[in-house]
Amino acid sequence: MSSDGPQNDSNVYEDTHVHQVYEQIASHFSSTRYKPWPIVERFLTGLPDGAIGLDVGCGNGKYLAVNPNVFIIASDRSTNLVKIATQHRPHTSVAADNLSLPHPSSAFDFAISIAVIHHLSTPARRIEAVAAVLDTLRPSTPTTGTSSGGQMSIGKALIYVWALEQKHSRRGWDEGDEQDVMVPWVMKQKTTAEGTEERKTFNRYYHLYRQGELDHDIIEAGGLVLESGYEKDNWWAIAIRQPQ
Amino acid sequence: MKVLTVNFLTCAVKACKTSPLSFPLHFQDAELEQSDIEYNPSFLRNILPRVDWEALKVTANELGFTTVPAEKPNPAPTPTNPDTNPTETIKESPEAQPADDKVMRDLHTLLLETEVREGKMVCGNCGHEYKIKEGIANFLLPSHLV
Repeated sequence: MSSDGPQNDSNVYEDTHVHQVYEQIASHFSSTRYKPWPIVERFLTGLPDGAIGLDVGCGNGKYLAVNPNVFIIASDRSTNLVKIATQHRPHTSVAADNLSLPHPSSAFDFAISIAVIHHLSTPARRIEAVAAVLDTLRPSTPTTGTSSGGQMSIGKALIYVWALEQKHSRRGWDEGDEQDVMVPWVMKQKTTAEGTEERKTFNRYYHLYRQGELDHDIIEAGGLVLESGYEKDNWWAIAIRQPQ
Repeated sequence: MKVLTVNFLTCAVKACKTSPLSFPLHFQDAELEQSDIEYNPSFLRNILPRVDWEALKVTANELGFTTVPAEKPNPAPTPTNPDTNPTETIKESPEAQPADDKVMRDLHTLLLETEVREGKMVCGNCGHEYKIKEGIANFLLPSHLV
């Protein structure tokens, strides 16, 4: 069991401090997540009709309804969240890990991974997660010589992560603070007979990104950043695969 | 899970990705359900260029659908002209419609309205089985395969 060493430790750590938490808070979490973020909305509505893409770490699937003219295969590590996401027709949601995605390489017009990669607990795993997203995108040079794909443009990814620099937020973190943090999720539950309310706190692991860190990880992962910025306590970037 | 989706899935085991045997995944014991989705010919025409036709034929055959044409239908009026503006070719083209209509409606039924509710998908390279329960496919790997 110890043969894979740190890699295995990270798996176990994320399983305890990310996966199991979302599995338990899925329904409550979902009820608080309904409004699409503007940059994500702009990215999705700007896609050509008939585009096919991925939502890696789809959560409750709130982005699946944004553009009815594209087809999205959504995935999440939490099967309870996938069950909620699957209600968004006509898309499909599957249970999958973002480091072992069940998709062919170089096949997709777009991919989004919104508020997901900050849950991975080592720099190497975060870069691997970016690389896994980029690998699904259609590269800049056609991989096949068939003429049927002639009209299709290269694939683009939108990645969003939580920022360290958010001094005006409720959490108040800022430059110089610890980047690896546990963030509480407080869930109120009605306990049985008496109808009394019980508060249960779940702690989720996050890596808070410094300015420039997401762009750096994308380059390390073999990507090219087309556009990047900061929106409401988050860093975001639109990237393609580095032309070969 | 829609039949269209299977065209965009492969084995989650990294070592299998480079093997042509891993795509498409193969159905076993599939239970199907028809849902009712509004026919949208322009959406269908736009996604067709992205569909891997050989893989779709394998999938359709495994699920018992026999109406898939041997060649991918190309509803665009002038598909081979490189000078054609891409936005032009995917616009509505009423005169090209009638001949394709039956084929396109059958494809709509197969790709978008047919759901796999239960069953499994098997990788042709490593043999790993991915279960589908209540319409949701599970690609989470056991730790020894990660």
